[in-house]
Amino acid sequence: MSQAAILNPSGVTDPMLPYPAVVRAIKVESYGISTFSMEYVDPSAPIGFAAGQFNMICLPGFGEVAISISSDPNLPKIMQHTVRYAGSVTRAIGRLKVGDVCGLRGPYGNPWPMQLAEGKDLMIVSGGIGLAPLRPVILDILHRRSSFGRILMLYGGRTPQDLLYTDEFEKWQDGGIEMHVSVDRADETWKGQVGVIPMSFYRVRLDYRNVLVFSCGPEIMMRFVIYEALARRIPKDAIYVSMERNMKCAVGFCGHCQVGPVFVCKQGPVFKFSTVESFFNKEEF
Amino acid sequence: MQSAKAPRISATVILPKLSLQRLFDNLRENGFQLIGPTVRDGSVVLAEIASIADLPVGYTLQQKPGNSRLERTQGTDYFACTVGAHSWKRYLHPPRIDLLEVRRKNGEWTFEPLKDDSPPFAFIGVRSCDLHAISIQDEVFLGSALRDPHYSQRRQRAFILAVNCITAAPTCFCTSMKTGPRVQAGFDLALTELPDSFAIEIGSEAGSDALGNVDWQPASAFDLSRVAQMTHRTEQQIQRQVAINDLPQMLYERIDHPYWETFTARCLSCANCTMVCPTCFCSTVEDRSDLTGHRATRTRVWDSCFTLEFSHLHGGNSRPTIKSRFRQWMTHKMASWIDQFGHLGCVGCGRCIVWCPVGIDITHELSTLRSMGAR
Repeated sequence: MSQAAILNPSGVTDPMLPYPAVVRAIKVESYGISTFSMEYVDPSAPIGFAAGQFNMICLPGFGEVAISISSDPNLPKIMQHTVRYAGSVTRAIGRLKVGDVCGLRGPYGNPWPMQLAEGKDLMIVSGGIGLAPLRPVILDILHRRSSFGRILMLYGGRTPQDLLYTDEFEKWQDGGIEMHVSVDRADETWKGQVGVIPMSFYRVRLDYRNVLVFSCGPEIMMRFVIYEALARRIPKDAIYVSMERNMKCAVGFCGHCQVGPVFVCKQGPVFKFSTVESFFNKEEF
Repeated sequence: MQSAKAPRISATVILPKLSLQRLFDNLRENGFQLIGPTVRDGSVVLAEIASIADLPVGYTLQQKPGNSRLERTQGTDYFACTVGAHSWKRYLHPPRIDLLEVRRKNGEWTFEPLKDDSPPFAFIGVRSCDLHAISIQDEVFLGSALRDPHYSQRRQRAFILAVNCITAAPTCFCTSMKTGPRVQAGFDLALTELPDSFAIEIGSEAGSDALGNVDWQPASAFDLSRVAQMTHRTEQQIQRQVAINDLPQMLYERIDHPYWETFTARCLSCANCTMVCPTCFCSTVEDRSDLTGHRATRTRVWDSCFTLEFSHLHGGNSRPTIKSRFRQWMTHKMASWIDQFGHLGCVGCGRCIVWCPVGIDITHELSTLRSMGAR
C-alpha cells in the first residue's frame, strides 16, 4: 500500500471496540467447560461468521479472551462459545448468568476452507476442547450432507468426562458422519475405543487422493495427526490445522499471537499445513 | 531576503541558525506541540520544547554497547546528539493510552471509545532511521483494512522536521539497513546543520508554509555540495555492518543452532531493547474497574516479547526460556518481518545495542551466527 493511501484513510472506526451482547443460554458441557449462547443487544451489530472463526469476549474489568464460535454458521444471530475456565477472564465468563451482558467483537480469523471440501471426503480430527471450532463444520455439513463425500470424525479426550457435545453424537452419526470417538484413559462406564487420537487412523480406510483433513487440538496431538496423515500419502496441501496463541487485540496490532512469520489472528487460526510446516514442530518458536 | 514568499516543494533553502526559532514559533502558532530532543536526567530525551535553546546545544552523546554518556562540548551545533533512548513511537503509539470506558447502568454495559485529546505534534529532529521506523509502524497500524484509530489520528496530523545526521554513533548501522544517514522521503522539512547555518529541504506544502515569514535564501550550489559532504562524512563514520541480502535465510537455517543457548546465560530478558526499539509495536491491554464495579477503563500498554506473560496460554507458555524469547525478537526483526510486511523490521538506529544493560550487540550476534554455519 502506498504511503499516501495509508495516511489518508476514509473514516477509521475502532476495530477494538466491543458491542454489548446478552447471554441467551448456558449449557454445562463438562467439569469447568460450558457453552455460552450470546446475541448482540444492538441489532445493527455485524452478524455472520464462517466455520473456524473466533470472537473476542470482553468482561469489563477483567479483560478479553479469544474464543472460537462453536455454533452453526447458518444460524449466525445467536453465537455459541464453548469456554474452559482456565484464567481470570474465562473464570469471570463462567460466573455469567442467562440474561447477563458482556462485550463481544468479531468474527476474526481465517476460516476452514469449506468450499474446498465440497465433493470430497473430509476427515475431522480433534481432541478435547479442540472440537469447538470444528463443530460449526459438522453443523454446516449436516445442512447439506450430499455436497460432501465421506465425513469421518476422529475425536478423543483424555477421559470420557473430557468429551464435548456427546449428547449430539447420535444425531451427527444419523446425519451421515462416521464417528470414531476414543479416550486416552477409560473408566468403567466407557464402552468405546481407548487410545490416543492418532491411533484412530488405523481404524479407518480412506482414499488419500480425495480427502481433506481438518484438525484442532493440542499441538502435540496435531503433530502426530499430521504424521499419520502424511504416512497415508495425504498431501500437505490437504491438511488444515487450527492454532492457538495468546491474543490481546485479534486485529494484528498487539503482536502476541505471532508464530514465526504469521499472525495467528490474521493469517490463522486455520492454516494450511504447508504454510506452517517449517516452524510447526519447532520447540518454543 | 525573500521573507514573504514561501519556498517551493523540493527546493533547499538556507536559514541563519537563530531563525529556526521563527520556524518553531510558526509551528506553535499553527497549533502544533513541538516535540524534540532535550537534555534531561543526564541524557537526551524527547519532550515538549518551546525554543531552540531547549535543544541539546553543546552536547554530544557518547554511545557504545551497554553505555550512553552525555558530554559537554565546545560546539554550538543544535543537532549533534545522536538518538537517545526515546523514539517518536512514544507520541504516535504511546506507552499507555486509554482505549475505552465501559459503564454499567441498570445491568446494561455500554462501551464508549475514548477520544484521544492529544494535540497535533511537530516532531523536531527526526533522523532518517527513525523516519523509516515511522513508516514501518504505519504498515502495522494502518497498512491493512483494520486500522488503529489512535495511531491514525496522531500520525495524520504530525508535522515532521527531519534532520540529516552530522555525526554517527559507534552503534549506528543505518547504512547496512539502507535507512540512512541521509533523509530521503516522508518529511515536511529536512534540515542539515552546517557550521554557520541550516540548509532545509522542503518536502511538503505544510513544510513550505511553515517557512512563510522566515528569512530564508535559496541554497547555492556550494551550499548543496556542503550538505552532500556532511552526510557523506557521516556515512564514512559508520563502523558497524550487517549483511542483509540473505538475512532471513541465514537465520532460518540456524533456528536450531546451539548458539542460541548462550543468550540464556547473557540476556537478562529485561525488555529494554524492545522498549527503545522504534519499530517494536507489541502491546497488551489492562482493564481497571472502580470500586463500585460500574465503570471500567481499558488501557493499551506497551508489551514486550521478552516477558513471560507475553506468550502465556492456558496450557503453559509457548516461549518459556530466555533463549526462545531472544530468538523470537531477533528473528522477528531480521527475518520474519519480511514475511509479514515485505521488509526488515530493523532500521539500524543502534538503540538496542546502547540500552542493553549487558551490551548485547545485534550486529555482532548476526555475524557470529553467520560465521557458525547452518545447523
